[in-house]
Amino acid sequence: MRVALFVPCYVDQFYPKVAIATLKLLQRLGLEVEFPAGQTCCGQPMANGGFEHYTAGCNSNFIKSFSGYDHIVCPSGSCVLHLKDHLHDEKQEAEADRIRSRVYELCEFLTDIVDLQSLDVSFPHKVALHQGCHGQRGLQLSASSERVVPFFSKPLRLLQMVHGLELAPLDRPDECCGFGGTFCVSEEAVSSAMGLSRIADYQQHEATVLTGTDMSCLMHQEGLIRRKQLPIKVMHIAEILSGS
Amino acid sequence: MTYNHHKDHSAAAAEFLVNKERVQWHDDALWFVRSKRDKAAFALPEWEGLRTQASAIKDHTLSCLDEYLQQFEQNAARNGIHIHWALDAQEHNDIVYSILARHGARKIVKSKSMLTEECHLNDHLEQKGIEVVDTDLGERIVQLNDEPPSHIVLPAIHIKKEEVGAIFHKHLGTEAGASDPQYLTNAAREHLRQKFLTADIAITGVNFAVAETGSIVVCTNEGNADLGVHLAKVHIACMGIEKIIPRTEHLGVFLRLLARSATGQAITTYSSHFQRPAAGSEMHVVIVDNGRTTQLGREAFRNSLKCIRCGACLNTCPVYRRSGGHSYHNAVAGPIGAILAPNLDMKKNADLPFASTLCGSCTDVCPVKIDIHDQLYQWRQVLVQEGYVATGKKAGMKVMAAILSSPGRFSMAGKLARKMLKWFPRLAMNGKLNPWGRQRELPEVPAESFREWYKREHGK
Amino acid sequence: MSREKILEAIKKNKPAPKELPEVIGFASTYTNLTITFAESIRKAGGELITVQDMTSIPARIRQALPGMQRIADLVNESPDTYRHLLNDPASLEVVVLKGRLAVAENGAIWLHESDCVNRVYPFITQHLVLIVEQHTLVGNMHEAYVIMGNMMNSYGVFIAGPSKTADIEQSLVIGAHGARSLLVFLVGPGV
Ligand code: SF4
Repeated sequence: MRVALFVPCYVDQFYPKVAIATLKLLQRLGLEVEFPAGQTCCGQPMANGGFEHYTAGCNSNFIKSFSGYDHIVCPSGSCVLHLKDHLHDEKQEAEADRIRSRVYELCEFLTDIVDLQSLDVSFPHKVALHQGCHGQRGLQLSASSERVVPFFSKPLRLLQMVHGLELAPLDRPDECCGFGGTFCVSEEAVSSAMGLSRIADYQQHEATVLTGTDMSCLMHQEGLIRRKQLPIKVMHIAEILSGS
Repeated sequence: MTYNHHKDHSAAAAEFLVNKERVQWHDDALWFVRSKRDKAAFALPEWEGLRTQASAIKDHTLSCLDEYLQQFEQNAARNGIHIHWALDAQEHNDIVYSILARHGARKIVKSKSMLTEECHLNDHLEQKGIEVVDTDLGERIVQLNDEPPSHIVLPAIHIKKEEVGAIFHKHLGTEAGASDPQYLTNAAREHLRQKFLTADIAITGVNFAVAETGSIVVCTNEGNADLGVHLAKVHIACMGIEKIIPRTEHLGVFLRLLARSATGQAITTYSSHFQRPAAGSEMHVVIVDNGRTTQLGREAFRNSLKCIRCGACLNTCPVYRRSGGHSYHNAVAGPIGAILAPNLDMKKNADLPFASTLCGSCTDVCPVKIDIHDQLYQWRQVLVQEGYVATGKKAGMKVMAAILSSPGRFSMAGKLARKMLKWFPRLAMNGKLNPWGRQRELPEVPAESFREWYKREHGK
Repeated sequence: MSREKILEAIKKNKPAPKELPEVIGFASTYTNLTITFAESIRKAGGELITVQDMTSIPARIRQALPGMQRIADLVNESPDTYRHLLNDPASLEVVVLKGRLAVAENGAIWLHESDCVNRVYPFITQHLVLIVEQHTLVGNMHEAYVIMGNMMNSYGVFIAGPSKTADIEQSLVIGAHGARSLLVFLVGPGV
């Protein structure tokens, strides 16, 4: 099984520790993981801004970097959803198609492909899980609160395998944090207000750690938390699951 | 009330957000409605199946819309209902006025109709010296306060009871300082009873128009549509072409979804089926296009015409709850408004599809399964390509695309960005230059990127 | 003409034909329609009294709505009896009507035009009393429309509870424009 690690551009530059944790977690599970060096970005920042027609370069570069792997794993639901929905290339559509069906968000990969049943890590803290919307509703990583379906949550199930970890119940378990790509600057006021609502919910339930499947949502909330100097530590779910 | 000189969504939202306490109150009120909806939906195990059926009925109807409209027309006419067709808002308003003029009507009562709001009917009639009284309590409140509704189901959701008290004190002579909803509602009841009893003509909206019977269904909780219609000699019902459903049995599906989605009630208090005018009265139905056939032709956006105006996507929208209905400067606010409005006027409404994080809650809550957030995404593409987005943004995106598509340029730019942040954090954090920093810190800058680390660790 | 223009535009722009779903609706699974109906009426803000037969109803109405003078019982009496009252419908305090069918799941009671006697009565009266025969209860709306399909030809209304609004700060107020209260008598030997 050839597994490739896709590291979102902003994680590469600003959160290398999250990519390292992801890599180590996958390696600890006995997987051989490669990091294709030519990779850059999935193209989402442009596309969500209305510039999908500028993403051809990102797409062909992505296909070039990730052809031939059995699975492509990425610690971001949002980037994976973008690839699944929008990775196309006129010149190599068959390959694009293949990649779209082989790219996985980390928790999805651990649940559906690795079929992980237990983890030997401990994390004795009260943790709030932020369900990134694109992962949750787009990739169906967990049941959204709007839909009348039996409850499930892949990230939650993984967190429950961690020894000593206590999950903070939340009043609004899957409300958007307000990051939204360029939205976070073009609608700064609403974006920040949304993030602060989420943080108030975590505080209300005495969470000391905030985690999630998307570093972009976490970066935004961490920015708000640090500005207010609140006692909440922000960690990507890969950092908790890998015990780093 | 129209929005001729409006701020764009983000500026209007920022203004709305200045009063934090009020925003919290607004957010809580709407979340409360969303929670009631959840309870009602989860009480029906077949909920998702109902959504699927409703969506399929609407898809089918749109694919034969011309046939069903004609069938409706024939059946309604056979039952003695007068049918009119209006291409746009102007023609709609003219038709309504001509009916009023023929009857010499001066006093009109109107129950809730988003279509007449969209067509600015009140302004049109008032300019001709006709008194139009909105009889839905929420609509009456905003009408007296000279502002448009901020929500399609809860028109006065943005107004506090103390403010309603002040509005009623000024216009209806209630006690100064009174703010008890029971007292205020009762005052409105007395005031509007007089209007009902003396009105010449009643105007209503239409929730559903059934092709096979030529009948229309109107849903209210207050009973205002029926009181108006049954007490006046003439009933004018205004509907968009998309209100058609093929058969009576389809009402079972939609009526089970509508109120549960809207307010969490199992059904509205009154669901009235009008198939024939009452003896001695007259009934008119005005069928309006106003851009709908254009939307039908836009493949990516046509299924916005499936909307049954339940308001659930507004209640669930975290952006709507924190920016208020007026920030959308369109008769229909919220996520559905943001995909309907650009069809009417791309230039004026180019900001709306960007007023979303694309979280998708609207899509999951919608009882007729409109892919609202996907359409928001698609509108962004269209608006950019049609040139409705600032050139500065375009240039920025081009640079970004160039950097992000090349590993070499990406590594260099990344290094540079991290250095810049380290050396000039103040510059990056200047709120004027970079809205990120108004309420947020930037991430702490790591010494090396992942790819640098990986190269170091794995040789080569 | 606008009619032709609109129909033309639709023909040009409409998507390829899509089929209607084969099955519409869902069968209800309520085990006891009376209990479900009673619960729904309560949730809708109404009051429900079960009686074995109609005889006690007039007395129970006076008991439940004390002090009411202008009562028109259009189920047990002919409208002629109340000519003086009905000439001024705005002064009606209580109107008694009979529903044709009622839905357990949501408490909606169907009145056909003739059941209303006059379309405005159920709305203009201060208080509304509806009589429902137990054997007319159905589980949900799909089942209701199957039966009602052939009964509709002029006007009809589902009434679920008294008139209400929550337009002021989402606080529920009973008695918006229509009836301020709804009293339902469920009549049947087994209730
Ligand atoms: S788009 Fe869907 S959720 Fe929104 S108002 Fe219309 S029907 Fe309701």
